[in-house]
Amino acid sequence: MLLKRLFPVIGFAALAIAVQLGAGALGKEFYLTQLTMAIYYAIVVMGLCLLMGFAGQVSLGHGAFFAIGGYTSAVLTTSDFSRFQDSLWAAALKRIHVLIPKADLYGGQVLTTTPWAAFVAAMLLTFLIACLIGYPALRLKGHYLAMATLGFCLIVNKIVLGTAWLGAADGISGVPEWNLAGGLVISGRSAVRVQNYYAACALALFLLILLANLVHSRVGRALQAIHDRETAAGAIGINTARYKLNAFVLSALLAAAAGVFLTHYTAGIGPSEASALKSVRYVALAAAGGMSNPWGAALVSTAINFLSLRGWFGTYDNAVFGAVLILIISIAPQGPLKPLGLWIRRLLSGARSAAGGEHAAS
Amino acid sequence: MPLLDVENVSRRFGGLVALDKVAFSVSAGQIKSIIGPNGAGKTTLLNVVSGLLSADTGRIQFRDSRIDGLKSHQIAQGGMSRTFQNPSLFLQMSVLENVMVGRHPRTRCGFAACCLRLPGQIREERRIRESALEHLRFVGLEGMAGAPAGALGFGERRMVELARALATEPSLLLLDEPASGLNNRETADLGELIRRIRERGITTLLVEHDMSLVMDISDDILVLHNGTPLAEGAPAVIQNNEEVIRVYLGTGLEDAAASQKS
Ligand SMILES: Nc1ncnc2c1ncn2[C@@H]1O[C@H](COP(=O)(O)OP(=O)(O)OP(=O)(O)O)[C@@H](O)[C@H]1O
Ligand SMILES: [Mg+2]
Repeated sequence: MLLKRLFPVIGFAALAIAVQLGAGALGKEFYLTQLTMAIYYAIVVMGLCLLMGFAGQVSLGHGAFFAIGGYTSAVLTTSDFSRFQDSLWAAALKRIHVLIPKADLYGGQVLTTTPWAAFVAAMLLTFLIACLIGYPALRLKGHYLAMATLGFCLIVNKIVLGTAWLGAADGISGVPEWNLAGGLVISGRSAVRVQNYYAACALALFLLILLANLVHSRVGRALQAIHDRETAAGAIGINTARYKLNAFVLSALLAAAAGVFLTHYTAGIGPSEASALKSVRYVALAAAGGMSNPWGAALVSTAINFLSLRGWFGTYDNAVFGAVLILIISIAPQGPLKPLGLWIRRLLSGARSAAGGEHAAS
Repeated sequence: MPLLDVENVSRRFGGLVALDKVAFSVSAGQIKSIIGPNGAGKTTLLNVVSGLLSADTGRIQFRDSRIDGLKSHQIAQGGMSRTFQNPSLFLQMSVLENVMVGRHPRTRCGFAACCLRLPGQIREERRIRESALEHLRFVGLEGMAGAPAGALGFGERRMVELARALATEPSLLLLDEPASGLNNRETADLGELIRRIRERGITTLLVEHDMSLVMDISDDILVLHNGTPLAEGAPAVIQNNEEVIRVYLGTGLEDAAASQKS
C-alpha cells in the first residue's frame, strides 16, 4: 500500500533528475528554462484535475485566474508607492515589511511591495473572486460553472488588454526576482536555472502528493460521489454545493499561484495569459492526461507545453491543442495513461495465466 | 410526539397534482408502509420528505423540528436516509467505498486534513473502513467489498444501497420499492433484514408493491391514491377496506395470500 503510493513519487523524482542530467550532458541546459515554465503551467492543469476529475465541474476561466495571480503580483511588485510615503497605512505596511524601499534603475528610491506580500495579496484576491463566481454557479446542478467562468475569462482578458496601468497589450515587464527562502530565488537568470528547475519540480511534486492523498479520503470520495450522482450524494448528507465550491476555489488558487511563480520567473506577464484560448488549452491538457489522474495530467501537460514553448508546433500551436482534445476524447476519454496501464496489466496477467495453465496441464 | 409528522403537504408538477394535502405520521420504532397504484405519488412523497423536492404547501416535522425547506444534505445529517427506486450507487467506486461514503455525515476530516494525511485523518479513515465493512456484513455482502459497484447484479446493488443508507446511522430509513427486481428468496431475506433494522432502533418508512412483504412486516399502512391518502391502518384493516381493494389491491391480495400459504 505504502509502496504503491510511493512508487509514482519516486518515479517522478527520478525522471526530474534524469532530465536535468540528460540536458546537462547534451549541453542543452537551456531546455530547463522552458521545462520550468511548462511545469508551472502544469500546476494550473493539476488544479483543473481536482475540479474536473474529482468534482466533475468544468472551468473555462483558469487562464483568467492564472492572470489574476500573475498581474496582481506584477503590479504590486513593480509599482512605486513612495508618494504615499507619509500616510499612516504606508508606514504600517513598511513596519511589517509588506512595503520596502528599493533602488530603481536610475538610482532613485522607490517603495514597492515585497513578492511574498504580493503573493498573499494575489491569493486573497483570487479567493474572493472565485467565491463570487463559484457560489451562484455551483448551487445549481449542471454546467453553469463552465459558462460563468468563460464569461469571466472574456471580461478579464478585455480588462487587462484595455487598462493602461496593467500595461494594455504589452503587459507588465521588469517584475523583480522572488527571494523565496534560504537563498532560493525564483528568477529566470541562467545562474539559477537548475535551482529553479528543481524548485518547480518540488512544488509540482508536493501538490501531486496532496492530490493523490485526496483520492482515497473522505473528501475525495465525497467529490467523486458528487461527480457520479449528485442527487444521491446530497441524500447521503454531502453538502454538494459547498464541496463543489471548495474544489473550484482551491483549483483557482492553484492556477493563480502558478501565475505568480511564472511571472517572477519570466519577469513579466502579458494579456494573452488571460485569453479564453489559454483556458481551453488547460482544459484540453487536463483531459489529455486523464482528468482523474493528476500524475498523468502533469506529465502530459508538461511535455506538450514544453514542445509548444520550444516552438515545435509553429503557427499551428493552438490547433495542436484542439487536435489533442479531439483525439483523446474519441480514443481514450479517460486519458492515455489509464488504458495503457490496463493494457500492460492485461499483458502481464495474460502471461501469468498462460504460465499457470501450462503448469496445471503438466 | 411522532418521529415524522407530515401535515397538509401538496406538490404539483405543472398542471399535475402529484400530492394533494397529504398528512400522516410515523412513530419511532415502527415499520410503516406506503402503498398505492403506479403514479399515486409515493416516490414524490419520499422526495418531498427527504428534501429532494420542495413541497408547495404544508409542514414536515422530523425529530421535533421543521425540515420542510431544508436541503437534502441537512435532512440527511439530521438522521434521515433513503434508498432510491432505481438503485443509485456510485458506479466509479468499489462496493466498500460506496458504503464508506455513507459515513460522510458522521465523520469530519476536511480538505486540509485529507490532503496532508494528518494522523487524525488516518485514524478516521480506518474507522470509516471498519464501520463500512460492518454494514456490508449486515446485508451479507462483505465478500463483495472490493468489487466495482458496476459489476454487481440488481439485487446486490439494492443491498449495497441499503448498507450505504444504514452507514449514515439514520433514525428514520426511507426505502423506495426495495423488493422490486428481487426474487422470492431475496424478498424474504429483505423482510428479515428490515425486521433486524428495527431491532437496531431504526424506524422504517417503506414504499412497496409486494403485498405479501408489506402485509407481513408493516405495523401500519398508508394507502395513497391520486396523491391523496385513501386509508390508513393496520394490515388487517387495510386488507379488508373495500375501497382499497377496489382501487388497488383487487385480486393482487388473493395472489399474495395464496403465495403465503404455498
Ligand atoms: N419530476 C417530475 N416532473 C413531472 N412529473 C412528475 C415528476 N415526478 C413525478 N411526476 C408525476 O407525478 C405523479 C406521481 O409520481 P410518483 O413517481 O410519485 O408515483 P409513484 O407512486 O412512485 O409510482 P410508481 O409506483 O410507479 O413508482 C406521476 O403522474 C408522475 O408522472
Ligand atoms: Mg415510485
